[in-house]
Amino acid sequence: MKLPPFEYACPTTLNEAIALLANHSGEAKPLAGGQSLMPMMAFRIAQPSLLVDLRKLPGMKEIKIGPDGVRLGALVRWRDVIDDKRLAVAHPLLKEAISHVAHYQIRNRGTVGGSCAHADPASEMPGIAQTCEAEFSVMGKAGARTIKAKDFFQGALTTALGADEIITEIHLPAWPAARRYGFQEFARRRGDFAMAGVALYYDLDGGKAANAHIGVFGVGDCQRRLPKAEAALNGKAVDEALAVKVGEAAAAEVEPQEDIHASAAYRRSLTGTLVERAIKAAMVR
Amino acid sequence: MKNTFIGTPMERREDLRFLRGRGEYVDDVAMPGLLYAVILRSSVAHGRLVSIDASAALRFPGVHSIITRADMPGGPPIIPMRLQPLPEFKPFEQPVIAHDKVRYVGEPIAVILASSVAVAEDALEAIEVEIEELPAVADWQSASANTTVLFEKQGTNRSLVFHSRKGDADAAFANAPYVRREKLRTGRHFGLTMEPRGVMAAWDDAAGKLTIYGAAKVPFFNRRILSAQIGLPVDSIDMIENDVGGGYGARGEFYPEDFLIPFAARHVKRPVKWIEDRRENLMAMNHAREEECDLEVACARDGTILAIRGEVRTDMGAYMRTNGAVGARNVSQFMAGPYRVPHVKIDSSLWMTNKTPVGTYRGPGRFEACFFLERMIDMIAADLGIDRIEFRRKNLVTAAEQPYPIAHVQPTDAKDEYDSGEYSETLERALKEINWSEKAKLQGKLIDGKYHGLGVVCFIEGGAAGPKEMARIEVNPEGKFSVYMGTASVGQGVETVFAQIAADALEVPVDNIDHVYHGSTAYVSDGYGAYHSRSTVMGGSAVLDATNNFMALLRQAAGKRLGCAESNVTLDIDKVTGGGRTMALKDFAGLTAEGAFLNKKHTYSYGAHVCHITVDAKLGRIEIIDYVVVQDVGRAVNPLTLRGQVLGSLVQGLGGAVLEDLKYDENGQFLTGSLADYLLPTATDFPNLRCVVLDDYPSPINPLGAKGAGEGGIIAAGGCMANAVANALSSFGVQPRELPLSPTYIWGLVQAGQRAAAE
Repeated sequence: MKLPPFEYACPTTLNEAIALLANHSGEAKPLAGGQSLMPMMAFRIAQPSLLVDLRKLPGMKEIKIGPDGVRLGALVRWRDVIDDKRLAVAHPLLKEAISHVAHYQIRNRGTVGGSCAHADPASEMPGIAQTCEAEFSVMGKAGARTIKAKDFFQGALTTALGADEIITEIHLPAWPAARRYGFQEFARRRGDFAMAGVALYYDLDGGKAANAHIGVFGVGDCQRRLPKAEAALNGKAVDEALAVKVGEAAAAEVEPQEDIHASAAYRRSLTGTLVERAIKAAMVR
Repeated sequence: MKNTFIGTPMERREDLRFLRGRGEYVDDVAMPGLLYAVILRSSVAHGRLVSIDASAALRFPGVHSIITRADMPGGPPIIPMRLQPLPEFKPFEQPVIAHDKVRYVGEPIAVILASSVAVAEDALEAIEVEIEELPAVADWQSASANTTVLFEKQGTNRSLVFHSRKGDADAAFANAPYVRREKLRTGRHFGLTMEPRGVMAAWDDAAGKLTIYGAAKVPFFNRRILSAQIGLPVDSIDMIENDVGGGYGARGEFYPEDFLIPFAARHVKRPVKWIEDRRENLMAMNHAREEECDLEVACARDGTILAIRGEVRTDMGAYMRTNGAVGARNVSQFMAGPYRVPHVKIDSSLWMTNKTPVGTYRGPGRFEACFFLERMIDMIAADLGIDRIEFRRKNLVTAAEQPYPIAHVQPTDAKDEYDSGEYSETLERALKEINWSEKAKLQGKLIDGKYHGLGVVCFIEGGAAGPKEMARIEVNPEGKFSVYMGTASVGQGVETVFAQIAADALEVPVDNIDHVYHGSTAYVSDGYGAYHSRSTVMGGSAVLDATNNFMALLRQAAGKRLGCAESNVTLDIDKVTGGGRTMALKDFAGLTAEGAFLNKKHTYSYGAHVCHITVDAKLGRIEIIDYVVVQDVGRAVNPLTLRGQVLGSLVQGLGGAVLEDLKYDENGQFLTGSLADYLLPTATDFPNLRCVVLDDYPSPINPLGAKGAGEGGIIAAGGCMANAVANALSSFGVQPRELPLSPTYIWGLVQAGQRAAAE
C-alpha cells in the first residue's frame, strides 16, 4: 500500500503547470486535495509518472458570489463551502449537498475541482454540477475554454478534460431566493459513497412547479439529470401525491447498476424514494 | 489490611502510556540493518503454480533477496492445528508458502526483502508468476458437489463432520406435536484489528538465537510450532509480545508469515520486519462465521422445547488453520444456547472452498448458533400463540438444574456442562432496563415513516479454557511486586485486572504491584495465552496460587533472617515483620515464586440482549433507539474494563448484524479489499448502547468465582437485531433468515411481503 515511484512538481503559475502536464504525454496528473488520487496510487490503480501539485497556483481558492451566480475556484475545499455563510442564501443546495461529503478529515482536504475531475459516479459535487447546469472553466495548452456540465461528465471516472487541462473554476448559475430545493442521499454508513443520491430544485410560477431540475448520483455510471421526471413535475401544483408520482417517474428513468452493497432493483426503488422525499422537503422550504 | 480491589471499577493502568503515545507496537521496534518484507500473494483463487521468475525483481535497486518455494527444497513446512488437532484435518493444513497449488486469493507465493517497503512493493510487480487456473470453488454448495476438489488426494472438499448429540433427538421428533424447520445463514466476517499483524525477527548467528517481536495471544504454542518447523530448540527462540492493537481470536495464531519472516531473518542473517497492510489484513487474516443451517425445533404445544436437530455447513476457506475448526464445532455444541433442551442432534460439516481460511472470531460458533435458534424461537412462539418472552422464560435453564449437561461432540469427545446461574434473572433485568412493558405498545407501529420493533435474545458464553495457566510473583529492588504472566494481552486490560487480583491476594495497595509482565516466553516456564475468554479466570487463579507459594517462600526466608518461626512472619505492604523485628521487603528483592492453575472445566457466563429499533421500510435502514446487554459474569474483577469489553464486543456484533460481509465473486475473486467495501462500524453508527454487569452466581470451578466475559456483547447481537427487524416489519410478514441485515436485504423482504399480501 505504498505509492509507486513518481516525480513531483509544485509550480507557482498555471502556465507552468499546464506545460508540465503537456510535456508528459498523458502520464502526469494534477494533484489537488489528493483524497481520491492518493488512495488510488496506494492501491496502484493509478501510476502517474509525475504529480503536478496545484496548491501554489494563485487565485483558485476563492468563492466569488455575484449577480450571475457562484464561482468556485477549483481549489476550494469542502470545508470552505461549509464555512461560507453567504452560500446559505447564494446556493443553499450546494451547501446542503457538501455537508454529506465523506468525513471531517477528508472535507478539510478535498476540493471541488478535484472531485469533478475525478468524476466518481457517486460523488455529490458532480451531481450538483449536473443538476444546476454548471459550467467548467478549464485551461490547457490550447488556451481557455468553457465546458457545460452535461458535456463535461462522460462516464465513470471519465470527463471531457484533456490530459493537459486543469479546471480553474466552476460556475453555478444564480440562485433565486424563492427557489424550492431538496437534497437526499443514502449510504450504509455516514460518509460512505451514496448508494443513491438526489439533488433537485424547481421554481414556482403561479403556484405551479417550473424549471424543474432533478439530478441523481450513485445510480448508473454517471451523474445525470432525469428529464422525464422533470417533465412530470413541471407545470403542476406540488403536493405529496405529485412527489410520489415524480419519484415513480425517476425510478423508471434511471439505469442503476448492481454492486456488493446494493442490487439494481433496490437502487431503482431507492432513487424513487429519495426523489419523493427531496420534493417533500422542497415543498416546506 | 483487607483489600477490595477486586470488584472495584478501576481505570486501566495501560491507558496512560497509550494516551501519551508511548505504547510500543511491533512496528515501533527498530533495529540496525533492518530489511523490510513484502509478500507477493496469489491473485488467482485456484490453480497450479507452474513457475515463479523473480530475476527481474531481484535487479531492482534496494532489493536484497526474494524467498520462494525454491528456498525450501524439502517442501515448505505445514502449519499444524492448535485446537482440535484431529488426524482428519492433517491433509488440509496450510503450507507456509504456496508450492504446488494456490488455493485462495491472498495465499503467499514469495517474500521480497528490501531496504524499504516501497522498494519491495515496486519489485513485487516485476515478479512473473505463471499459474494454470483451475475452476474455483466459491461456496459450500459448489464444494459439496465435489466436481472440483481443492486437495486431489482427498477426493472430497469436506474435511470433517462434527456430530453433537444429547439424548435421542430422532425419537423426540417422531413424537413431537409441533416441528418447525428453517434455513438460516450468517455472513462472512472477521476479527479486524485496528493494528494489523506484524512480525519482526532477528537472528543472532553467533548465539544461534532467534528473537521474534510481535508475538501475541499464544506465544508459547507458536514457539513450539516454529521450533519444529525451523529446526531450532525451543530455548533458542524468544517470542516478545509488544503492545497489541486488538486480538479478537484472529491475531496471534500461527500464520504463514510467522514462519516466513523468522526464516527470512535466519536465511539472510539480517533482522527482517513485516507489517501487514490493510488490504492484506482483509485477505490474509483468518475469516470467520460464514455458516448455513437447516435447523428443526420440536416443541410441545405449551412451548416446551423438546428437541433440536439439524445440519450446519461452514465455508472453511482453503485450509484448516490453527483454530479453524472451532466455529463449526461450537455451533453444533451450543445450538441449544442457554435453554433446557433434552435432545440434540446437530451435524456440522466443514467444507473447503477457494477463500481465505477461517479461524476463530470472538464468540466463534456462538454468534451463529444464537442467531439461528433465537430467530426460530420468535417464529415458533408466534406459531404457537405464546408470548416470545414467556417462551424463553419457560425454557431457560434454572439454578436448580446446574451443573447442566450439554451436547457431546464427536470426534473430539468433548463432554461439557454449564456451571452456575439462574438464566432468567438476566432476562428479567434486561426487560426492566429497557422498560419493555411500556415499549411493547410500539411493536410494529409506524411513526413518522419508521416502523418500531423490539428484539430480545438470551445467550451463553463459554470461557476459561484449560488446561493450565502460569503466574510468577517477584519482589523488585524497590520493595514492590512484579507479576509475570503466561497469558497474553491483546488489548483487554489484563495488566490492570491482574494487578487488582495480586494486590488483594498480597493485601497491598494496587500501586505496589509495580508491573505486570505478560505474553513473552521469557517470563514464566510455560503459558497458554489469551483466547476463549480465559485470561482473567485462568491467569487470575494462577496469581492466587503464585501468591500462596510466594508467601510460603517469604515466610521461610524471613523466618531465617528474622530469627523467628515461619508462622510468625507477616507481610505489611513493604515491610516484613516477625519475632518483634522488621525488615524492608526490598531486602528480599529477587525472591520469586511461580504458581499455576489447572482446570479442565469451562465457565459459562450468560445474559440477555434487548433492543428497540426503527426501520425505514423504503430504505431498508435500521436505527437503534436503545440497546441493553445484561450479563452475569460470576464475579466482576473490574466492572469498568468489563463494561468496555461488553460494549466493544456489542459494536462488533452489530457490525456483523447489519454491515460487515466479506464477499467473493463466483471465480473466488475477493471483492472487499478495503474498508470502503468491508463496512466496519464507525463511532457514529451505534451511539445508543448500554450494559449491566451482574455477578450473582459465581462459578464453582475456580477460586475467584469469575467467568470468561469478553464475548457476551457480540454473541447475541445478530439474533437480537434480526428479531427486532422481524418485529418492526411484522405487518409485512418479514422474517430475516440471513445476516447482515443490509438495506438491500431488508427492502427485498418488504417487497416480497407486499407481493405475498397482494396475491
